[in-house]
Amino acid sequence: MDIRVQAEPFDAGAELNTFSAGLQDSGAVVSFTGIVRDVAPGLKAMEIEHYPSMTAKAIKAIAGEAQTRWALNNVLVIHRYGLLAPGAPIMMVATASSHRSAAFAAADFLMDYLKSRAPFWKKEIMRDGQSTWVDAKATDEDALNRWSATSDSDT
Amino acid sequence: MIDVVYFAWVRERIGLPQEQIETKAKTVMDLVNELRAKEPRYDAAFADISALRVAVDQELADFDAPLAGAREIAFFPPMTGG
Repeated sequence: MDIRVQAEPFDAGAELNTFSAGLQDSGAVVSFTGIVRDVAPGLKAMEIEHYPSMTAKAIKAIAGEAQTRWALNNVLVIHRYGLLAPGAPIMMVATASSHRSAAFAAADFLMDYLKSRAPFWKKEIMRDGQSTWVDAKATDEDALNRWSATSDSDT
Repeated sequence: MIDVVYFAWVRERIGLPQEQIETKAKTVMDLVNELRAKEPRYDAAFADISALRVAVDQELADFDAPLAGAREIAFFPPMTGG
């Protein structure tokens, strides 16, 4: 398990290559990269605040839960904080497993939980000077509920 | 003494990131009520508890969680990671 919480940018391609190297037992690697998306009328930056003494611990618990549910050979989570420009990578997850269904499901699970249970808060700073905190969506909570309903039927 | 920390718009509305509070509150909700009685800016920040989340010693908790032995209570809006 490799968990990183950092202000610095990362190279998603290089990270994926490193993650995938030497995984002879894994037939499947799935990765997701989240990118700062521009929004109307023009995003200057996304500011990501976090809870330093809790963040890595919370992510480790989420990744640990994924390892309990699926047979994963490795898990990577990188999540940034601070001021990020449109187009910049915010975070990535990667999962390695023997078969693709577990790798896909675990990556999906990690994304749902990182969105609503890891202590990060996004603020959109617009070019016109306005700034607003991004609201959590009801659909984010719904996304979590589906994991308690289906458990680990697709390992 | 207990450390109370605030994040995102809760921090902005209260106007500080962290403070130490002398309290005899037995639960998170007791602490919320003490804070609300303190000043209007706290009352405003805690007006809608359903819009808030709480962590006790860096673990997500409920508002009826006991404070016995707790060192740090954090209040924040629902998280928006990913």
